[in-house]
Amino acid sequence: MDGSTTPGTEAGIVTEAPVIEAKKLSLTFQTNDGPVHALKDVNLRVDQGDFVSFIGPSGCGKTTLLRAIAALEQPTSGTLTVNGLSPDEARKARAYGYVFQAAGLYPWRTIAGNIRLPLEIMGYARSDMEDRVNKVLQLVDLEGFGKKYPWQLSGGMQQRASIARALAFDADILLMDEPFGALDEIVRDRLNEELLSLWDRTGKTIGFVTHSIPEAVYLSTKIVVMSPRPGRITDVIDSPLPKERPLDIRDTAEFIDVAHRVREGLRAGHGDDL
Amino acid sequence: MWRTGCARGCARGMGTTCEGTSAKRMARVGKTYGTLYGTRRGDRVSDTSISAPGAAVGRSARVALAGFASGVLPVLTVVAAILALWYAACVPMNIHGTVNLARQHGFEAMPTTRGERRDMGAFALIAANPVAIAFTWSEDKPRLPAPHQVVSELWVSTVSVAPTDKRSLVFHAWATLSATLVGFVIGTGLGILLAVGIVHNRAMDMSVMPWAIASQTIPILAIAPMVVVVLASVGLTGLLPKALISAYLSFFPVVVGMVKGLRSPDAMQLDLLKTYYASKTQTFWKLRLPASMPYLFASLKIGAAASLVGAIVGELPSGGGQGLGARLLAGSYYGQTIQIWSALFMAAIVAASVVGIIGAVERVTLRRMGMRT
Repeated sequence: MDGSTTPGTEAGIVTEAPVIEAKKLSLTFQTNDGPVHALKDVNLRVDQGDFVSFIGPSGCGKTTLLRAIAALEQPTSGTLTVNGLSPDEARKARAYGYVFQAAGLYPWRTIAGNIRLPLEIMGYARSDMEDRVNKVLQLVDLEGFGKKYPWQLSGGMQQRASIARALAFDADILLMDEPFGALDEIVRDRLNEELLSLWDRTGKTIGFVTHSIPEAVYLSTKIVVMSPRPGRITDVIDSPLPKERPLDIRDTAEFIDVAHRVREGLRAGHGDDL
Repeated sequence: MWRTGCARGCARGMGTTCEGTSAKRMARVGKTYGTLYGTRRGDRVSDTSISAPGAAVGRSARVALAGFASGVLPVLTVVAAILALWYAACVPMNIHGTVNLARQHGFEAMPTTRGERRDMGAFALIAANPVAIAFTWSEDKPRLPAPHQVVSELWVSTVSVAPTDKRSLVFHAWATLSATLVGFVIGTGLGILLAVGIVHNRAMDMSVMPWAIASQTIPILAIAPMVVVVLASVGLTGLLPKALISAYLSFFPVVVGMVKGLRSPDAMQLDLLKTYYASKTQTFWKLRLPASMPYLFASLKIGAAASLVGAIVGELPSGGGQGLGARLLAGSYYGQTIQIWSALFMAAIVAASVVGIIGAVERVTLRRMGMRT
């Protein structure tokens, strides 16, 4: 296996190879009630610097797809590559940072300590750690909170800290599983805006699971619409929106058009379910 | 888990202080507003009664009394009730002995023959000899010693005798405590090792726990003499046999608690470390071990008490040696009930101290870990 084809994703080099590629990917869970087809014949291509949203109703396999990319689930058939490697190899190469639905910060570590966690595990030099922690704290607008404990922060701040934790090490992919799902609308808007600017500054490839249409349309360059039973992709929409996106872009005709197409895709996917 | 527990503690602590200060402040506010805007009092202060003249003082005094009532008073009440019950119980328990003794010393007592007295109920005997009641609390070898007898024996055997003397309870308590501590350390170490093995090794997971449970179903009183005798035959006497019995009892709660604690991180926490490609060792030191700390301390408290029981039981077969167990045994040989009870109280004091120290270490540790305690 030619493992040395490391991600040609350094600044400036735009490679033709996709960052994430799935071909006829299927994943079936064996349960007591028989097999559940979480994913069926999923084909997907994500390029360097894309912001891809996975949207669909619960049970459509969007989280499963993200977890398969992160090698937290094993596909039953088909091929899936991340940076040209198998997902597990990519995981071992620490190719991505993963943000979960809950912040999941360690209560016994300070915010800085939590961000340091992946760095300690990956064996970064101690002097390097401090720089990185400060850098990502600034990136997520949490300067001065490094010495606080998680319980001293609001839910939104905790989630920002968990994003900082995923950004602290050199992974060029960021996988986010409904990171703002548990937050209120106002905080969510603000974090969406911050996430866009963060994406702009870091140039990472982002996979983002959500069930909010406005969130998906506002954030993404590519929207993957999924439908349940079995989990499959019904539509992939390349967003025509410009990269510069103030919050009020959501009132433009273009935005509403895209949102409409997403809604149509979701409705079509549901078929006779609704 | 820590959070709910701690939050409750905090809320309780803050609640009481807030109540005290805010009640005073509200009463003050109510008074001023009461004089300024007689009719609008209710708008400012919900409880109109406290805006009555002099309410500030009355309310704060009541609050202070309430604070006292919620803290010391219930404890004192329970202690007083126990003491009263204890003194009351001494009378029927000891009346036969007291009356017999009175007869031996030539006092008048009814009925006159020993057989008759033996066949008589305790309460009938009390009714026949009401004068004897006071003496039931001061017998030399009562069936049930009165509280003051136990306390005075405790005092005499700890303070009036040098701690190196064989009659000193401090001497015996130390003999037991040292074995307890050694056994506790061995048991805790063994318990943690077993728990780590159970969590990380499937074979151990399937096999160790049933044995650990089986080990605790065997009465310790049956095993202790064998351990002591077997070890004595290979030349091991003194502290070690007691410590081993003590460890045998204390490892179990630690195993159970630590298995639970090391498994307490949820799937998401473990997934997160998986995305970092963390090794099992890193997962253990960075996630499982810190997450298990509250469980460990809960187990340690149970384990410490069990350790003490183990050490005392380990002292019983040695007969006439050192330690609270030996003291208990000697007391029961010679009918020295006061000595037995004072040894029991000493054991309780030692156990409470050890558990208290563990609790203090727990508070300090968890606070240093940033957890709300």
